[in-house]
Amino acid sequence: MSQVPLSHILMLSAALFFIGMYGLFTRRNMITMLMSVELILNSVNINFVAFNKYLYPDRLEGVFFTLFVIAIAAAEAAVAIAIIINLYRNFQSIDVEDADEMKF
Amino acid sequence: MPNYAYIVLVPLLPLAAFVVLGLFGRRYFRGASGSVGTLAVLVSTGLSVWTAYRYFFVDGIIGDRNADGGYRQVIALKAAWLSFSPGLSIDMSVILDPISVMMIVVVSLVSLMVHIFSLGYMKGESRYGTYFAFLGLFTFSMLGLVLSGNIFEMYIFWELVGCSSFLLIGFYFDRPTAVAAAKKAFIVTRFADLGFLIGILILSFHAETLDFRTLINRLIEPTSQLAGITTASFLGISLLSWGLFLVFVGGAGKSALFPLHVWLPDAMEGPTPVSALIHAATMVVAGVYLVARLYPVYAYSDPAVLRVVLYVGVLSAFLAAIIACTQTDIKRVLAYSTMSQIGYMMLALGTFHPAGEATTLGFTASMFHLFTHAFFKALLFLCAGVIIHRMHSNEMKDMGGLRKLLPLTHGCFLIACLAIAGIPPFSGFFSKEDILLAAWHADKLVYGIALLTSGVTAFYMFRLYFSIFWARPMREAGGHHGEAPLTMKLPLVVLALGAVLAGFIPFSRLVTYDGMPQAAHGVGVFAVAPVTLAVIGILTASYLYRKEGGRPAKFAAALGGLYRLAYHKFYIDEVYSFITKKIIFNLIGKPAAWIDRNIVDGLMNVVAAATAGISAGIKGLQSGKVQDYALYFFAGIAGLTILFIYLYT
Repeated sequence: MSQVPLSHILMLSAALFFIGMYGLFTRRNMITMLMSVELILNSVNINFVAFNKYLYPDRLEGVFFTLFVIAIAAAEAAVAIAIIINLYRNFQSIDVEDADEMKF
Repeated sequence: MPNYAYIVLVPLLPLAAFVVLGLFGRRYFRGASGSVGTLAVLVSTGLSVWTAYRYFFVDGIIGDRNADGGYRQVIALKAAWLSFSPGLSIDMSVILDPISVMMIVVVSLVSLMVHIFSLGYMKGESRYGTYFAFLGLFTFSMLGLVLSGNIFEMYIFWELVGCSSFLLIGFYFDRPTAVAAAKKAFIVTRFADLGFLIGILILSFHAETLDFRTLINRLIEPTSQLAGITTASFLGISLLSWGLFLVFVGGAGKSALFPLHVWLPDAMEGPTPVSALIHAATMVVAGVYLVARLYPVYAYSDPAVLRVVLYVGVLSAFLAAIIACTQTDIKRVLAYSTMSQIGYMMLALGTFHPAGEATTLGFTASMFHLFTHAFFKALLFLCAGVIIHRMHSNEMKDMGGLRKLLPLTHGCFLIACLAIAGIPPFSGFFSKEDILLAAWHADKLVYGIALLTSGVTAFYMFRLYFSIFWARPMREAGGHHGEAPLTMKLPLVVLALGAVLAGFIPFSRLVTYDGMPQAAHGVGVFAVAPVTLAVIGILTASYLYRKEGGRPAKFAAALGGLYRLAYHKFYIDEVYSFITKKIIFNLIGKPAAWIDRNIVDGLMNVVAAATAGISAGIKGLQSGKVQDYALYFFAGIAGLTILFIYLYT
């Protein structure tokens, strides 16, 4: 059985990362931006797992890191959603364009 | 070695009075402020007189007084205050020698009289406590000045007297003229003090000490320091001469000598007792005292500077006497007469002759005149104070015929006038004789001018006397109150006694340049010329001013331009304002202001404008949009990544 080469997986992860980045820069809706951030984190997770599998098959650090990142991403989602709720209470909107008071 | 350490109380008691009255006078003491200040000075005076007695008659003498025993210098107290290096320090020390002991007696005694007089004179003033606080500050500074054993210590006290003089001239700060006069006095003397400071720096830099005794010893004996300061020169004149000359300039400013005298007549804006204390008897003789303190250096190392002292002294004496003849404000007449008498003291100091007879006679004569002058001039001012207090005017034309109204003042004023005119046996006669004798030995021209001046002095003093007390029909003493309260009369009597008797003190045995007694010289044929001139002066004044009439006006008209010149004080004030306004303001002040506004300020404005411009240019980056920040963040990371990839592979 022939394996999928590492480069394919890395390309997938890079594509996922830049899709997330594009979404972060272009979407104005905070929820969508949060989803974009999750995409970026998951692309990193894929990288960790892939490198672990292909380069050090007898060790498990990469997998552990992935588990940590998933846990932190969950916590981060909770914090981010709390921020979004507060933003909504103050501005009656979750559009980042509306929250631009902190400027010169 | 007798212990004189208690002498430190003499200046410190008035200081304590100043602190207590300055802090609590207005709130707690009020009417009692005067008594507190007077008490402090009274104790001070007692201690000074006791010190003088001990020093002159008990234990200041080395050896047998009747043979060749001289007075020694005693350093009563010495405390390092600021030391720069082992050899160079500013010490707070107290020096006792004949001149300083003589001065503390004069200063504390006159100060006491003025304190007592002020009890009556200043009664009812709203700033009564402040006034006595200032008097205490002045007394402290002046006593400190005369007791200083360190040239820098003296400079500190020198500035303190200047400061208290400023405060007291401007005591009536609601009068614009008083404020202007205080400012003028401060600026003119401060300008002269700059000379003093530079002089101190030159002398002490080369002598490598600030201590008077060491300084004098190093500069009169052939030492390396003396060689250093005489060979170094600036503009062709040795640094020693420059140093001594600049010190003299400082003294001339404080002592109101020509051409730095312009502040003294204006200083009469202060309360009259203050004029008596500061601007007649004590502070203005500080310059004379300073030159006397450094006298050995002047005399043995650089007699050329003493010639300058001589001519400046005689010029001041003569010009001031001429101006005094034409003034109509009684305090101004007295101010010019003070300037004239200080000119006498200075010229006496300048009469030193390395090879001639009576080499240091001038020194004794100068100190003698300082002593007697303090009595009769303080007396004159206090009499003027009584008159002004009673008449509420300074102008001669408002007076006349006051003999009956103010009998005691009349008598005291007459005594003081006779003393200053040099009529025997009043004190001024003896001291003036000594000065004229010293001048005779030094320079015949100077002697001639000094002699003429003494005649003029008699004339203007009696012009004042006759204008105040005669000139009009006598007024009856029908006033609502008597002549003056007792507190004002008592000082007059004490000072009048001093003015009569001070001349009999054997100064040539007590206060001499080297502490050795000098042979007393009798009053002989030499006295004929000055006394005759004085009598002529008095008779002329009597002819012109004893009865009211047109004689003075006719006389003035006959003199024409000369009279106007003297009346306008030789236009010296105008020259000063021409120099300051036209020359200094236009040529130095205006360019300096231009540089300040355009170059100094301009530089600052350019820096500020550049900062503001840059910030305006980049503040757009801070848009408040989260995504923009994320983009910058990402761009930064990308940039760094590229950098690392291409630099570190």
